[in-house]
Amino acid sequence: MSNNKQIDQIKKEVLISLVEKIPFCKTLGIKLDCLGNEITAHLPFKKDFIGNPAIPALHGGIIGSFLEITAIIQLSWAIFLERKDDQINTKKSSFEVQDIILQEIPKTIDITIDYLNSGRPMESFARAKINKIGRRYASVSVISWQDEPSKPFAMASGHFLVKNFNQKK
Amino acid sequence: MIDEIPIPSEQVKLFFMNLPFSKYIGLKLERIGNGQAVMTMPYQKNLIGDPKTGVLHGGVITTLLDSCCGAAVMTAGDPKTSTATIDLRIDYMRPAKPERTIIAEAMCYRVTNSVVFVRANAQDGTKKTPIATATGAFTSPF
Repeated sequence: MSNNKQIDQIKKEVLISLVEKIPFCKTLGIKLDCLGNEITAHLPFKKDFIGNPAIPALHGGIIGSFLEITAIIQLSWAIFLERKDDQINTKKSSFEVQDIILQEIPKTIDITIDYLNSGRPMESFARAKINKIGRRYASVSVISWQDEPSKPFAMASGHFLVKNFNQKK
Repeated sequence: MIDEIPIPSEQVKLFFMNLPFSKYIGLKLERIGNGQAVMTMPYQKNLIGDPKTGVLHGGVITTLLDSCCGAAVMTAGDPKTSTATIDLRIDYMRPAKPERTIIAEAMCYRVTNSVVFVRANAQDGTKKTPIATATGAFTSPF
């Protein structure tokens, strides 16, 4: 297998494992899309996600969870991308790489969620932007939308603990 | 503080516990009244956020705190409509101990005609330091 193909394969498997191996992501049914290095998370609609049956609107908790998950996945992805060359050069198997990533899931320090509109009972999307990632701390902003990214219905910004990012540089 | 909060009537309890998402993650309303609320959530394997340690996902704690704050808001007066979260900030102090039930307490500390300000914390009963604290602003139902 050529090196490029190998990287693509590992990337694909890492993305799948991020969702599959974190029970809460799997419970919610979150899916990930990756174009280049940009991840978009999808949250399907389930009747179970309703918080206010009268409107009906998504529960604030599920919106917050979705935003937080997206931020954590984006950070895990950044950590993976930073290390992928080392990992591939040392000929680690895809399974070992996944294991390393799961060992180092970023931990939330704080997160502030802005509820702009009620979440309608339909599929939602989210994308995170890493504002800064240092050796130990990272700052991330996330937006989520249902129709188009320019009209978010909820936003979040948070700080996360990462392990030894960029340690070799 | 908990002892001063009334135990809710079955009807109120059922309303909060039957909200689809609360039911889905197993929230239980323990006490509510006078702008305060206590909710619990049992540990569940499908809500884990870190498979290596078995610690619950932060989002689960967010849901518990958001619900608990919302319930507290509804009892801070005589509600004419429902409430919605304007913003919520969660600070995670430490990981929740696996297998422990999480207890959340919320209290409204300022109630106006337009906004209700709420504080809450979540504990697992193992240490004095809470797992997480929350500060939120909610639309006023009064």
